[in-house]
Amino acid sequence: MIPTEFDYKRASSLDEAVSMLVASGGEGKFIAGGHSLVPLMKLRLSEPSLLIDIARIPDLAGIREKDGKIEVGAATTHHAVETSDLLRRLAPVVAEAAGEIGDPQVRHRGTLGGSLAHADPAADMTAVMVALDAEIHLKGPGGWRAVRAADFFQGIFTVDMAEDEIIAGVQFAPVQAAAYAKLHQKASHYPIVGVCAVLQASGGTVQSARVAVTGASTHAQRLPEVEAALAGKALNQATIDAAAAVAGSGLEDINSDIHASAAYRRAMVKVFTRRALERAAARA
Amino acid sequence: MSTRVPVTITVNGKVRTAEVEPRLLLVHFLRENLGLTGTHVGCDTSQCGACTIMVDGQSAKSCTIFAVQADGCNLQTIEGLAPEGGLHAMQEGFWEEHGLQCGYCTPGMIMSGVDLLNENPNPSEAEIRKGIDGNFCRCTGYQHIVKAIQYAAKKG
Ligand SMILES: Cc1cc2nc3c(=O)[nH]c(=O)nc-3n(C[C@H](O)[C@H](O)[C@H](O)COP(=O)(O)OP(=O)(O)OC[C@H]3O[C@@H](n4cnc5c(N)ncnc54)[C@H](O)[C@@H]3O)c2cc1C
Ligand code: FES
Ligand code: FES
Repeated sequence: MIPTEFDYKRASSLDEAVSMLVASGGEGKFIAGGHSLVPLMKLRLSEPSLLIDIARIPDLAGIREKDGKIEVGAATTHHAVETSDLLRRLAPVVAEAAGEIGDPQVRHRGTLGGSLAHADPAADMTAVMVALDAEIHLKGPGGWRAVRAADFFQGIFTVDMAEDEIIAGVQFAPVQAAAYAKLHQKASHYPIVGVCAVLQASGGTVQSARVAVTGASTHAQRLPEVEAALAGKALNQATIDAAAAVAGSGLEDINSDIHASAAYRRAMVKVFTRRALERAAARA
Repeated sequence: MSTRVPVTITVNGKVRTAEVEPRLLLVHFLRENLGLTGTHVGCDTSQCGACTIMVDGQSAKSCTIFAVQADGCNLQTIEGLAPEGGLHAMQEGFWEEHGLQCGYCTPGMIMSGVDLLNENPNPSEAEIRKGIDGNFCRCTGYQHIVKAIQYAAKKG
């Protein structure tokens, strides 16, 4: 399968990438890992006339600690996230979830920023960023903007990002009591459903929780019914079971496809919410 | 017509230069421009891993990369694996343990096996199966492929 013709440029800085995109007058597209875009271009579902390669921009690289927060550059590959010592130490859930994406070849090429920008209804890192309450940092011709992950994902392949903006990176607080649980689609390894749970607990009581789901509906989103069922309760199996039992009750537009019916996904949202909460609780 | 782009790509230790159309896939660059037909196209949809090669030491599906993206990179294909006159331990493993039947998936499977052992020289069976998640085999049922990788791991 051969894509339609296009021109190719490699950007060497964030500003150059944005000005190349602006100059293309809506015809250009960024390419990072290419592991969502290239398949679409081969099917001619996407036909940009210019590709701007952002994979090697130094400003988009790296995982670092800054002012007590963790920053991950948009062009960081899933594999670099999975194997990062810093993340394994300060936010293990992020490294673990990245290690569940696709297969080794996909993780070597695909990037965090590409995954968030593409916003596949079944992307893994979208739910993780929502549950971590991460900030997504965007740069456009007008300057910088930060958007909370929960506001960034708006619908199927739809995010709060203008045509001429680029994701530079994400920022989130270190976290231990968190876990991601995923039902793999056996061939592609995309999640049929994936749930990320983050707990704030002290003295055996849940202070608050953030729980987000992906794969189930149009986009990654929080499960407020689960969070409400946890807040202020004793952190034990009964609380987890009760919270998991209501998981997904507020979800609309449940996906249904050849891999799983809507009814099956609804059932699995409960199961994987329970598993994510159990694993997060074991770390609280 | 799109503008051709000059690329310099090291393949199996040899520096190759070419002017390519940006839409040329890396796997076609290898097979058609360089005649390295050991790398196969199975699905052409990023699923099967028959096109797996090493890009800067990491396994990648060459049907999902444009050749222009590999400009300046160091590639290894199945043709570059064996030492002069011999077999790489992974190739020997596939030979000794009957890790192939039709052989279509084999070049990609071998590259994934090599990538796995580079990162994890002593993988468990579960780790081996996770390491070849990105490679489909329609013949063997995987059992002998797992044994082949275990053979190579044991040989070190
Ligand atoms: C076989 C296979 C299995 C997969 N399995 C999974 C899975 O289990 N879970 C999962 O989550 N994903 C999975 N993926 C998708 C993979 O994670 C992709 O890498 C990811 O969705 C996109 O990242 P990329 O860097 O490849 O983006 P690209 O394909 O390069 O780009 C995707 C889109 O994002 C835009 N973009 C990229 N970077 C930026 C940026 N910094 N700022 C603004 N826009 C940007 C591009 O213009 C394009 O529109 C799979 C892919 C394949 C091929
Ligand atoms: S041919 Fe590349 S993954 Fe199948
Ligand atoms: S040996 Fe035939 S596909 Fe694997």
